[in-house]
Amino acid sequence: MAETEFAVVGGGLVGMAVAYGLQRRGHQVTVFDEGDIAYRASRGNFGLVWVQGKGAGMPDYARWTRLSAALWPEFADELKRKTGVDVELTQPGGLDVCLTDSELAGHVARLEGLRDAVGGDYPFEVLDPGRLRGMVPEVGPTVSGATYFPEDGHANPLFLLRALLGAFRAEGGRIENGGAVRVITPTQGAFRIETDRPWEAAQVVLSAGLGNAKLGPMVGLNAPVKPNRGQVLICERVQPFLNYPTVQIRQIGTGSVQIGDSKEDVGFDDATAPRVVAAIARRATRLFPLLENVRVVRAWGALRIMSPDGHPIYDRSTAHPGAHLVTCHSGVTLAAAHALVLAGWIGGGEPEIPYLETFSGKRFQLSSAA
Amino acid sequence: MVSGSNFHRLPEPEHKGLTMTFDGRTIEARGGDSVAAALIAAGVTETRTTPVSGAARGPYCMMGVCFECLMEIDGVQNVQGCMVQVREGMSVRSMAGARTVSDAGNTHGG
Repeated sequence: MAETEFAVVGGGLVGMAVAYGLQRRGHQVTVFDEGDIAYRASRGNFGLVWVQGKGAGMPDYARWTRLSAALWPEFADELKRKTGVDVELTQPGGLDVCLTDSELAGHVARLEGLRDAVGGDYPFEVLDPGRLRGMVPEVGPTVSGATYFPEDGHANPLFLLRALLGAFRAEGGRIENGGAVRVITPTQGAFRIETDRPWEAAQVVLSAGLGNAKLGPMVGLNAPVKPNRGQVLICERVQPFLNYPTVQIRQIGTGSVQIGDSKEDVGFDDATAPRVVAAIARRATRLFPLLENVRVVRAWGALRIMSPDGHPIYDRSTAHPGAHLVTCHSGVTLAAAHALVLAGWIGGGEPEIPYLETFSGKRFQLSSAA
Repeated sequence: MVSGSNFHRLPEPEHKGLTMTFDGRTIEARGGDSVAAALIAAGVTETRTTPVSGAARGPYCMMGVCFECLMEIDGVQNVQGCMVQVREGMSVRSMAGARTVSDAGNTHGG
């Protein structure tokens, strides 16, 4: 006899969005959260709700990302209504500011390729330095321009996590903090979850971030995810000067400036490294010279969960029906789609979005066999 | 706000007397005082308002960690008052919300 209908393994932004989405549809869900010994990508997230540039090589990922960005306003309203937590969503459009002409040309080519791949509807704009300066007067004198996508935005990832937890609990969901899930064993029509004690679940959703690589094969699913480190600097609160989020820098409403966008392959090391921090700061001061006089008050490293092609993996096991897997490196951007759409797919009983099958982890088995 | 202080100095018979100003008012300090210590000894407990809620804040941890004691010291905004020693004639002002920022001025010393 199963103790819970769904066991969601992992209580980060991905797991909580799916868990909340299932619970609000009337399913009975228990989330298994490892605790603060875990890598906690959701606590280190940059906070962008970002569309532009995503989906090269997989147009369905571009469609999916845009769908989530479009769902975000109603999703943020719903969370506010249910929990009182304002996740600080704004979607004024986002900028990717380039320092060289070749960098800008590369970005434009990528966005043109995406526009063609999705059939023409992909409303990005290319801004020359003059137009860019009209939108953001504080931009540096050496920038080459920027690409702008009107659906981009940002939110506060910590408030989002808090709101998801609150909304999930308000709907009757349960959270177990009994440590890591070590083993999942398919039994007759159910799953045995080994954590501080054995649990019995009718269905299981793997949303354990980097832990999915190990847990997936236990239920016949493939998620060869690897860590990719990003480092983030937080500056003191200053008067607002940046009204648009950019890929590298965003300023939140209360004044803090967040700087990031480093990418490193350093395994499971989530520390900060002075060389990278310095490079991030140097680029930031070229983009916005006024930052030279602004103090950094915190820095951290966090590990993105990267699949081999960088796109999400959504899958369900054919060998062990009832086992599902969800992973991505855009837990904020995709939170709305995960809660409002993907949870319906996982829960069954609703018309499925046809292209979700595209995200199956089987694509990596095929490529490794080739 | 200024009132009698809840903090009392240890008896140190020999000290160098210094004066500074806080929002234009003269504050008596001692050599070796941090700006935050001199202010709370003088009964000043509110030295800024927060950028988030506008609530009053004052020196708290006294060791450079909490960032509650941000002040404008000799024209430089958002300086931690607990990490700067009083110098004779120093001009200290309270901060209202987030600091201003521009290319031109307000360079942090050090």
